[in-house]
Amino acid sequence: MRINMRKMEDNQEGTIATIKVAGELGRRIRDMGLVPGTEIRIQGRAPLYDPVALRVRGATLTLRNNEADYIEVEVQ
Amino acid sequence: MIRRATVALAGNPNSGKTTLFNELTGARQHVGNYPGVTVEKKEGTYLYKDFQLHIIDLPGTYSLTAYSLEEVVARDFLVNQKPEVVINIVDASNLERNLYLAVQFLELGIPVCIALNMMDVAQKRGIKIDVEKLSALLGVPVVPTIARTGKGKRDLLDSATRIVRDNEKLVPLTISYGDDVDRAMVDMEKEIEAHAFMNDTYPVRWIALKYMENDEQILSKGREVNPELAARLEDTVKKVSNHLQDTLDTYPEAMIADQRYGYIKSILKQGIVYQKYDQNRLYTSDRIDKVVTNRFLGPLIMLAVIAGLYHFVFTYSEVPVGWLESFFGWLGDGLNRILPDGLLKSLIVSGIIDGVGGVLGFVPLIMFMFFGIAILEDSGYLARVAFMLDRVFRTFGLHGSSVMAFIVSGGIAGGCAVPGVMATRTLKSPRERLATLLTVPFMNCGAKLPIFALLIAAFFAKHEAMIMFMITLGAWAGALLVAKLLRMTVVKGASTPFVMELPPYRMPTFKGLFIHTWERTWQYIRKAATIILSLSIILWAMMTFPGLPQKSLQEFENQRLSILNSVPAAVAHELKIVANRSELSAEARALKDQIKRLDYRKAETALRHSIAGRMGTALETISRWAGFDWRTNIALIGGFAAKEVVVSTLGTAYSLGEVDPEESGSLSDTLAKDPNWTPLMALGLIVFTMFYSPCFVAVICIARESGTWRWGAFAMIFNTVLAFVLAVLILQIGTALGILVK
Repeated sequence: MRINMRKMEDNQEGTIATIKVAGELGRRIRDMGLVPGTEIRIQGRAPLYDPVALRVRGATLTLRNNEADYIEVEVQ
Repeated sequence: MIRRATVALAGNPNSGKTTLFNELTGARQHVGNYPGVTVEKKEGTYLYKDFQLHIIDLPGTYSLTAYSLEEVVARDFLVNQKPEVVINIVDASNLERNLYLAVQFLELGIPVCIALNMMDVAQKRGIKIDVEKLSALLGVPVVPTIARTGKGKRDLLDSATRIVRDNEKLVPLTISYGDDVDRAMVDMEKEIEAHAFMNDTYPVRWIALKYMENDEQILSKGREVNPELAARLEDTVKKVSNHLQDTLDTYPEAMIADQRYGYIKSILKQGIVYQKYDQNRLYTSDRIDKVVTNRFLGPLIMLAVIAGLYHFVFTYSEVPVGWLESFFGWLGDGLNRILPDGLLKSLIVSGIIDGVGGVLGFVPLIMFMFFGIAILEDSGYLARVAFMLDRVFRTFGLHGSSVMAFIVSGGIAGGCAVPGVMATRTLKSPRERLATLLTVPFMNCGAKLPIFALLIAAFFAKHEAMIMFMITLGAWAGALLVAKLLRMTVVKGASTPFVMELPPYRMPTFKGLFIHTWERTWQYIRKAATIILSLSIILWAMMTFPGLPQKSLQEFENQRLSILNSVPAAVAHELKIVANRSELSAEARALKDQIKRLDYRKAETALRHSIAGRMGTALETISRWAGFDWRTNIALIGGFAAKEVVVSTLGTAYSLGEVDPEESGSLSDTLAKDPNWTPLMALGLIVFTMFYSPCFVAVICIARESGTWRWGAFAMIFNTVLAFVLAVLILQIGTALGILVK
């Protein structure tokens, strides 16, 4: 099943399916190691539920919810 | 024979690059700026065997595109300065992502040596790396290191200097970026080659690659060099881009990134990395985060840490600040006694010593602040603060990391905007950083507090705590709203993406903390010695010249003589020989007070006669709207030198002599009794003080941190206009409604 990253729950795992954004944001997302096929796990969210922290390739990254909106994730 | 060589250190942020740099250069480093930009340039030298290595610490980057200033700076340095060797520091515990940058160095075809750093962390995480095989597959030397302990340093330098000595011609790495991109790039390369298009600076394939990646810098350079060919190349890219979007629903730049990661994966898959555990398993650092960024505990811990930092900076620095103050006080007093009365003495004591003393008084504050922030930054906690507060600050067009600058500037009343403005360096997003450093001066710094205390004591004595609380809230509200306004107008632009790393918690090294603190402090001192000194002399001159005309001086002298003649000669004589006031007779004491009052009146007249006084008087026509007379105006002009000066200047202007800001009782009585003053005007003045131009030390810091004088000038003019409009509104609306009038 494919869902938007914003909709993922804490500790849920998945594989990035698509990232639909170009320009600076798209490039930054890719530079940090988020490309299609990458496995991720939601580590948690900030006290105000935004940004979100994820576990990628053994490191922890943070994204704002409106940035996570561009990322579709394949989950079980 | 000693051979010179330039070595560039490059790598991701948090890879241990700066630690390695400090390990190599120690205190023999120099921090400056890259020409024309505010990115820091750190360099140092290291003697190794028969090499004198000139080491440059390039800004930490994740990639080599042209989106951020750091990346452009790093890339330009590599391409234009052509260092003999680039040491790429790679975090071994985070190999896959770190190699993304390494691959881009290889694509550029520059001599690279990889330092596989943090081997100890990797080992603890159960990661084993086949170093030799990695080196063979990448085609560059790979040396395991632990920068924190200096382990592997000699091996690393051996490999690096071997590259310098061999000086081999390198072939840029060729990766397949997928059929469509590859085919187009082959055609583009032919064109570039045939027209000798920028290929004296960059490798041919790399130019084609950057066109595919839509790299702003290369595109605009290309348009300058050969507009006709540039248009053709851009057209080719467009065709590929359209094709990719139609068939694969992707962009060339995304495709290229995918293929780079694919290439890295294909290398690592050949038995390079052995992982004992699941790579996303939780480590100590993650367990700390479970508590520290917890929904309820997180904010509480953050409040405690911020309060702790504030306490550390402003309470512990009091002692050395006190030493400096007493030293300059002693120096001033001493010179006061030695030097003959006159202009030279006034210049040295009131202009130079007060000016330089006031500026150097900030030094302990700055040192403590940078030390405290360096601990938070190096340990990784600052990134968590940004993470937790981003939602709030983003609403106002700022960034989660902005909070530190606001707190230090006086978000809890009593900070200082100078270290606050400098604290914005931890912000990596340029627009958010600018909006932050322009609004932190609205916070209530320690020097504004005596002004508030004076006015509250005179007009709102019954509501002191409430008013102070309102002042603090007002400063925050004002700063955030102005930040929002700036971000919608002069600092317009989409918010910088928040995509960032939460690095694992680490124990900061003392060496790193001390080097960091010392560098920043030294930069500040150097600045203080030049510009700030000359400005304080100008302000002194404005309040001194022109002196009173002869006629007026004679008048004061006559009055003095008539006072002295009105009492028996014995009393006048007693005044001359007895220094201690308590030993004087009642008559002599009365005489002394009379003379003192005359001197204060003379000081008031002289002040009004000076350039600053005339400005204050001239400004009355406008400032009347807010109810300020020339006395208030001149005090506020003095406040531009340092807000501490406002109360003492007001004292002089009210013929009370220089009032000690800590004991302003007599002045507040005078103001309370003065029929021209109303509580409403006092409220207007409080608001004006909160928002008007930062003191000139802060203005200079703003100009330097933003990289241009324009923003320093903007802060002075915009803030003063804003403050004045608010003060006028308060007086006029309040008067119309009939509130807070006497």
